[in-house]
Amino acid sequence: MGPLTQVFKREFKSYFVSPIAYIVIAIFLLVAGWFFFSPFFLYNQASLRNFFTLLPMTFAFVVPAVTMRLLAEERNLGSHEILLTLPLTDKSVVIGKFLAALALVAVMLVPTLVYAATVALLGELDWGPVLGGYLGALLLASAFTALGLMASAMTRNQIIAFITAAAICFALTLLDRMLLFLPGGLISLLGFLGVESHFQNIARGVLDSRDVLYFGSVTFVGLYGAVLGIAER
Amino acid sequence: MIHAENLTKYYQGLCAVDQINFQVAKGEVLGFLGPNGAGKTTTLRMLTGFIKPSSGTIRVRDLDIREQSLEVRKLLGYLPESAPLYHDMLVYDYLDYVARVRRLEPASVLPRLRRLADLCGLGEIMHKPIGELSKGYKQRVGLAHAMMSDPEILVLDEPTSGLDPNQIAEIRDIIREIGRQKTVILSTHILSEVEATCDRMLIIHRGRIVADGDARTLRRSLGGEVVIRLVLGNLDPQALGTRFTALDGVLRQEILAGDGDGTVCVQLTCRPDLDLRAEIYRRIKETDWVLLELHRESQSLEHIFRELTQEN
Repeated sequence: MGPLTQVFKREFKSYFVSPIAYIVIAIFLLVAGWFFFSPFFLYNQASLRNFFTLLPMTFAFVVPAVTMRLLAEERNLGSHEILLTLPLTDKSVVIGKFLAALALVAVMLVPTLVYAATVALLGELDWGPVLGGYLGALLLASAFTALGLMASAMTRNQIIAFITAAAICFALTLLDRMLLFLPGGLISLLGFLGVESHFQNIARGVLDSRDVLYFGSVTFVGLYGAVLGIAER
Repeated sequence: MIHAENLTKYYQGLCAVDQINFQVAKGEVLGFLGPNGAGKTTTLRMLTGFIKPSSGTIRVRDLDIREQSLEVRKLLGYLPESAPLYHDMLVYDYLDYVARVRRLEPASVLPRLRRLADLCGLGEIMHKPIGELSKGYKQRVGLAHAMMSDPEILVLDEPTSGLDPNQIAEIRDIIREIGRQKTVILSTHILSEVEATCDRMLIIHRGRIVADGDARTLRRSLGGEVVIRLVLGNLDPQALGTRFTALDGVLRQEILAGDGDGTVCVQLTCRPDLDLRAEIYRRIKETDWVLLELHRESQSLEHIFRELTQEN
């Protein structure tokens, strides 16, 4: 196993040593559960649509809470001086940490499979959109995690890292709804930058390469920014 | 082993390290000495690849630190100042993690950890969280971490700062032990530390090297004077007269307060090239004074250090 795997393992474990993981998971499940089940019986539909519709919003503040410590804390403690003088590249540090945070988000999503099971008991659940929804959720999480990691690489203060990341994620999430205030020329460009439409496409069960490409690019930009961020020291 | 040429580092226009050149031979224990903010840490950080030099080169063996950073890092063990380890990990887990990042053979990890635990005295704290350790133990874990892959070069930034005298002695013992086979580079602002542990020292001031050599050479070339201290009994200080000052080579005489029991303490500052002890003894023998103590000390390194690094 390479150094990258070791960084991933250490980082992932350390989430569960401190209470962070448990708190974030609990908050996420509370919020997502409330948003999903409170209007569920009003809609009277056996689908997870509500859950996935609001997921970008929830992720926009939950994912930054997961990523905020990854690099900012190292910088604050000075432990990055040890980490970055070990024989491993900056790239593997960033990717190892990124995968650890992404894995935590994935763990966070696992209990929500209960929603799917519950709904399947109550009515005819179409599993296509559910599968798409979870795939979209992972893609969305990877984009937000990369952005959060970038924010965390820029500062030694975890709170600043959180706020910056949350602001970026919210902006991307809300971009689609803000479009009507913008001049016509910009709409198509900024419309493509927004997270919402790409995510909802996948959550509907439509797997378009453009949407996958979008999340891939955002992830890449975030990770690249994080690598640049830790190179600055 | 290590060649640094014209090494320079600017921080936002501020010159932290200014065109320094130095070489470290294999098996040498080298001390970087300097007041706080002199550029010691910056130099070590460039050496370990943590920061990149603004200009100049460092070669470790025949590897360039910019081009082959990873290869160089494999040869180096580095303990940054105040040992910033992960507080939330157990000592064992941490060392195990370092061993695996450094790609030790899985089968050799456990024996290696045992050996390091012995060497650094970690036996009892292996299963404690690092955050709960005392500073001395943290430093030892840091040392163990730096020595994990049995590197040829060990770089230690202020390894004893903030420790109590017992801990300092222990850490020094460990460093001396390692220094027998490995190249060790350490930084400190404590002089006795360099004298106690290093073969050679570099005094840095404002980013420049102001002295380079072992303690004895530096004393000889820079420390102009030698001090001889006498404690005499059975005499009146007034009677001292010019008995000593008339000697060729005595530059100054000071009479320090005695212990109040009739003894007189005399301090003579002498030229370093003459040994006046025998002559002084003969002078005393001519009288009925009682010689209680005679002690010669070269001008301390402390003095040299202050002279070289005074702000003016």
